[in-house]
Amino acid sequence: MTAAAATPLALRALLAALLVVASAGCGVTRGEDTRDLLMIIPNAPGGGYDQTGREAAKVMEDAGITGGSFTVDNVEGAGGTNAFTEMLGDAGDEHTVMTVGLGVVGSLYSFGNDARLGDATPLAQLISEPEGVLVPGDSPFRTIDDLADAWRADPSGIAVGGGSSPGGPDHLFPMQLADTLGIDAREVNYVSYDGGGPLTSALLGAKIDVGFSGLAEFTQQIADGELRVLAVSGEDRQPQPELADVPTLVESDIDLVFLNWRGILAPPDISDERREELIGYLEKMHETEAWREQLEAYGWTDDFKTGEEFEEFLAEQDERVSSTLEGLGLL
Amino acid sequence: MDNLQLLLDGFQSAATPTNLLYAALGVLIGTFVGVLPGIGPAMALALLLPLTYGLESTQSLIMFAGIYYGGMYGGSTTSILLNTPGESASVMTAIEGNKMAKRGRAAQALATAAIGSFVAGTIGTVLVALFAPEIADQAVRIGAPSYFAIMLLSLVLVTAVLGASRLRGFIGLFIGLTIGLVGLDLSTGQARLTGGITQLVDGVDIVVVAVGLFAIGESLWIAAHLRRQPLDVIPVGRPFMGREDWGRSWRPWLRGTAIGFPFGALPAGGAETPTFLSYVTEKRLARDRDEFGQGAIEGVAGPEAANNASAAGMFVPLLALGLPVTATASILLAAMKTYGIQPGPSLLEDQADLVWTLLASLLIGNTLLLVINLPLAPLWARLLQVPRPQLYAGILFFASLGAYAVDQNPFDIALLLVFGAVGFAVRRFGIPMLPLILGVIIGPLMEVKMREALDISDGHLSGLFDEGLAIGVYVLVVLAVVVPVVVDRVRSPRTPHDQPGATTEREVPR
Repeated sequence: MTAAAATPLALRALLAALLVVASAGCGVTRGEDTRDLLMIIPNAPGGGYDQTGREAAKVMEDAGITGGSFTVDNVEGAGGTNAFTEMLGDAGDEHTVMTVGLGVVGSLYSFGNDARLGDATPLAQLISEPEGVLVPGDSPFRTIDDLADAWRADPSGIAVGGGSSPGGPDHLFPMQLADTLGIDAREVNYVSYDGGGPLTSALLGAKIDVGFSGLAEFTQQIADGELRVLAVSGEDRQPQPELADVPTLVESDIDLVFLNWRGILAPPDISDERREELIGYLEKMHETEAWREQLEAYGWTDDFKTGEEFEEFLAEQDERVSSTLEGLGLL
Repeated sequence: MDNLQLLLDGFQSAATPTNLLYAALGVLIGTFVGVLPGIGPAMALALLLPLTYGLESTQSLIMFAGIYYGGMYGGSTTSILLNTPGESASVMTAIEGNKMAKRGRAAQALATAAIGSFVAGTIGTVLVALFAPEIADQAVRIGAPSYFAIMLLSLVLVTAVLGASRLRGFIGLFIGLTIGLVGLDLSTGQARLTGGITQLVDGVDIVVVAVGLFAIGESLWIAAHLRRQPLDVIPVGRPFMGREDWGRSWRPWLRGTAIGFPFGALPAGGAETPTFLSYVTEKRLARDRDEFGQGAIEGVAGPEAANNASAAGMFVPLLALGLPVTATASILLAAMKTYGIQPGPSLLEDQADLVWTLLASLLIGNTLLLVINLPLAPLWARLLQVPRPQLYAGILFFASLGAYAVDQNPFDIALLLVFGAVGFAVRRFGIPMLPLILGVIIGPLMEVKMREALDISDGHLSGLFDEGLAIGVYVLVVLAVVVPVVVDRVRSPRTPHDQPGATTEREVPR
């Protein structure tokens, strides 16, 4: 910082102004007694974590639940591993929380990182989101059974696409589905796309036979008949009107419920009182009408759990993801 | 011509004096934020979008269009003046434009960029207005094999820019391809060449690489030679484009548009490949190829037009299919949703008013950009009159700020310095920059498409050939390789080897 001291005042003012512009949305130093919180989002603005984390922060802020404001910081990279490592480094910081989910669990494994979500302080799971089995509008597959038959007959002949890299939700779902259908998951021909956009264009152009993804990004194409959904992976059907007729896997006699989920963690080593307080904020947020509206708008399933229940859930997720990846020889 | 009528209606609702004021404001702010290095149009939009929220929908649309075009143009300004491209699509502009600026022709480079962007943006937007659904229908049919073939063609054409020494050219290309390999293997999740550094698993950002190689590398180079070489002051030059500049620019503008628009309209097109193809085309068609690399105006006019035409083309999948194909498009999509536009196949029927207002706003924004920025070009150009030590200090500062702004990650600054050192080294050893940066840009794009094509066919090579367009492009690839060789063979017996003309002929890089 010696260089900065030597620069003329005007230039430093300019520098400061530029930094403010350039780092809008970045973390700021917070005093010990502030009521403000930093929310770390492990992927780019506009992604699933971003939507969930930002909406939660906004609801808490608008309703004055925490008594302070939120700063949202998107820390991108390595499917959330970078953000999670950063948060683990903030051990004891009682003014930071982070949005996580199934994708972060998978990334920690596939990037060979030994940290687990349980190493941080679990606060609450907020939502879960079923995935869907998508085909182009003119696909020969009319039902999930049509697909299952063709897939069993020629496991590697069906090109399966998803919007995440190996270890992510869109990869884990088809692998678990194949396993449930008695298909050797190692034979599944999975094509990985960089998010929902490229996946949609591959489906619209019939470049792949079937796509696996959360459905929020696809509602317009589904309503217009350009894409069809063969099945959804939740316990119940989806509430959105354009998805109401789509059966669940279980209804179609396929014994699999696959849920992507998102929740909130705090850094390790925070005090028990603070942990209870933060959980309390999330519980209050969960009660608000504004949160209910967001759940509906995004088609998220209200799947709120805290405390021990959430910790057990995280352990079970670790188990499930690692066994799927091990079965594929990816670990 | 129904659509034309609808577009005129759109103009009617968009072009009120108040709205024009908002558009002008948007253009100005967009330009000034876009000028900050490391802030490409995507980030400029993301930062400035909240400004439009309080306005009513037409006004916010039109201000937003102004910010969009302003941000894009601002990016080319820094590329030309400071050699610090803000996004991968303006890398080509930096290569030729900065050379022009050094020769005292910054004003001309800025002007040809502004007018070229205007021409391309206008033609592109009109094409979107008239044919979006039809183009989108065709565009989704084009898949990975064709993309791969087109990128292979680009790579073959790289040989045209290898420079005087092929060996050095190929060394540059392979350094670039190696940098492009860093990061996660998309199909298997394996980390490559990351050395265990998790910040590298998503690959290195092209902006960091380009700014490091160009701006930092050059600053180091100048610093190393400042004592030994007399300061050659950058000449002031003429303020505007002369007759010759116009004559040399208009064809590249149109060709750039023709190359850029279809690419932008493809769901996975992007602006990198067309800006590069446009550059190579201009170089091949130029009367004086040797001027390329020294600041040829065609090399700015073509790629800038291609960049803007592809940005306009991007609205085709965005509006007709609801598909965001670039970072900028994702932000546009989010913005349009807040304005109540829900893109998708039924958009043009359901919400025609808003769409036509949007398209009219884009045309207005584009026009205002030209009106506001053309007079500013000579002023910007005078920035280069700053004495060299201060100028390069400023460039270093802005370059670091830019690299940091991309992800707000301090690690990127370290990476920037590493690439700065690489940039210094390649200058020291005379390795041409262009093949290197192309390797970084095209390599990863090409790999993704090849892997996708082969994944779909479950590893069978036939997967690379099963599209008509792909085969057509492969034929071009073969022609591009074979024809020069054949022409050489046919010509060479007739030209004696000791004739100076013959040697220079073979020296001309292809």
